[in-house]
Amino acid sequence: MLDFVQQLVSGVALGCVYGLIALGFVLVYKATEVVNFAQGDLMMLGGFFAFTFIGMMGLNYWIGFAGAVAAMALFGMLAERVVVRPILGYPQFSIIMVTIGLGYFLRSVAGMIWGTDDLKIETPFSQGVLRMGSLVLAYDKLSVIAATMILCTLLWLFFNKTTLGTAMRASSENMLAAYYMGIPVKRVVAVVWAISAAVATCAGVLLAPITFIHSNVGLVLGLKAFPAAVLGGFGSIPGAVVGGVLIGVIESMAGFYLPEGWKDAAPYIVLLTVLLLKPEGLFGLHVRKKV
Amino acid sequence: MRFLFKTDYEDDIKLFPHSGYVVTYGVLLALLLIAPHVLSSYLMSQLVFVCIYAIVGVALLILTGFTGQASLGHAAFLAIGAYTAAYLQKYNVPFPVYFLAAGLLTGIIGAMVGFPALRLTGIYLVIATISFALIVEEILARWESVTHGNEGMRVKTLSLLGVAVPRDSPTFYYLCLAVLVLTIVGTLNLLRSPTGRAFVAIRDSETAARSMGVNVALYKVKSFAISAAITGFAGVLFAHKLSFISPEMFTLQLSIEFIIVILIGGTFSLHGAVLGAIFIVMIDPFLTYLKDDMPGIIAGIAATFGAGTATAGNIEAKVAAFASLNGLKGAIYGIIIVLFVLFEPLGLYGRWLKIKLFFQLFPLYKRATFKRQKIYVKSERNR
Repeated sequence: MLDFVQQLVSGVALGCVYGLIALGFVLVYKATEVVNFAQGDLMMLGGFFAFTFIGMMGLNYWIGFAGAVAAMALFGMLAERVVVRPILGYPQFSIIMVTIGLGYFLRSVAGMIWGTDDLKIETPFSQGVLRMGSLVLAYDKLSVIAATMILCTLLWLFFNKTTLGTAMRASSENMLAAYYMGIPVKRVVAVVWAISAAVATCAGVLLAPITFIHSNVGLVLGLKAFPAAVLGGFGSIPGAVVGGVLIGVIESMAGFYLPEGWKDAAPYIVLLTVLLLKPEGLFGLHVRKKV
Repeated sequence: MRFLFKTDYEDDIKLFPHSGYVVTYGVLLALLLIAPHVLSSYLMSQLVFVCIYAIVGVALLILTGFTGQASLGHAAFLAIGAYTAAYLQKYNVPFPVYFLAAGLLTGIIGAMVGFPALRLTGIYLVIATISFALIVEEILARWESVTHGNEGMRVKTLSLLGVAVPRDSPTFYYLCLAVLVLTIVGTLNLLRSPTGRAFVAIRDSETAARSMGVNVALYKVKSFAISAAITGFAGVLFAHKLSFISPEMFTLQLSIEFIIVILIGGTFSLHGAVLGAIFIVMIDPFLTYLKDDMPGIIAGIAATFGAGTATAGNIEAKVAAFASLNGLKGAIYGIIIVLFVLFEPLGLYGRWLKIKLFFQLFPLYKRATFKRQKIYVKSERNR
């Protein structure tokens, strides 16, 4: 039983990271119908920025964290301006390919700048553990869970309660109509990319004490975040986090109870099953096809 | 300028619209046939890879280019073909039999992937095919009684009708070339048949295709099966060319490379598969060449512009250090993909058509002829 709870907590913590990356997918998808295959790589880059600020320049953890988030928000806007904006309105496949290309580029450049070693960021909560009876929970894992909850709530409020959030939802439904209604669509899209890069950075920095940062971490985790986003229904903010947690728990349980090899395949088996039975996901909207 | 005067539907679907085609492709085929006597063994080896990549490119074009179903899982089909060949070869099955068996098995698995894919479009399909490829990769690594897991499998020398065909021999090249030519001719015939027209109809509008009486589900599964089977044939050749296969050869990276093949070549014509394959396979030797010779060339240029010997040497060392950076290849790949999608969405074959049209219409060529249409209005979710 104790093993089960331990596995559950570490699964939830891992799942929160998937959820945060999936949140990035969902934000961009919700606002622009673009699926950003470079989301994991944005997370990786955010982690490296934080490492530069905290590990190399010796800044305070929180200042370094904020600096990395701000820098990545700017980077997200830059990426949107240079790579994504010229092809908005073209078939989705072109956009997927562009973001795959961007991911390739970011991975290689990060490898050139920061090397190929695993890097570690010292955090205020990388050491301690919380003891509850005979249950031992590490603070770094709890911090991931807490931060995910906070971010998810903030983003949900932002999307559903603020004017800018409503503008984003409008431009995702129909860009041209949103433009006619006076919404500055281009600026809205740029802001969405900034937010999504910032969320990715949070994931990267929180992840750093658990799995370390290296140039391929984005690819590995990014691919695991797809099942999370699909399970939650592409386009639902709470869905992304719930999907991420489910995938994390499934992976963790499969690694513990099933023979070797199931751990890596389990998320994709779940994904294919979901796509087969309920393609709109757990929280997705079911939309009728129009001719 | 040539005007084709068509009086009949048969004229419209001719394999060779006019005599120019016969001459051009005849000359090309002759050049390819004498290639082993002219080119170095290294270039011949690259040419075999061009053939294999082009076969996969054609397969992917049937699915992605003509039926409009994106797939990022073709490395898995290649792997299934390659492993089937390696496994059957252990039991002394002759080449023609396991070649066909590999295609058949891959085709059946392709159809099985096609069924769940019926309900999926766009991004969901891409994610589903990625998942399929990742699961296959995991199975290959774990099913040790058949695949030998991560140790990989040796593939014996191909023996065709009792004659050994080493992987470096001209005969092996001719075999690959023959499979490529047969694939292309077969695909051209497929595309001018009712099946091919149904594929294109599904790509352009599924709803319109259905209302014209096309059985969308059937043709989508057919497209998946045909594409997978052709990739399986390529897998057999791939296994023989490498003579050793292991699961880490068939990663997502390879699937992306196949997509890059058709993306760079052009997704609207079979020429694209071949041009893209040439590009992807030849980029490696080209980058190696740049890495070895570029520092010297740049230093030479610097010297002619009046830089001293010391400065030139300095520049040479710096450029050499940059060229040998780890991961430069990945960065160049990334830049190439982005630039092609942004500036040359029709690919290399599209560029060739533009150049041709420019000279045919000179001086009346307009850039707008090839302009893409942007659609801001529709959300793909509601389609």
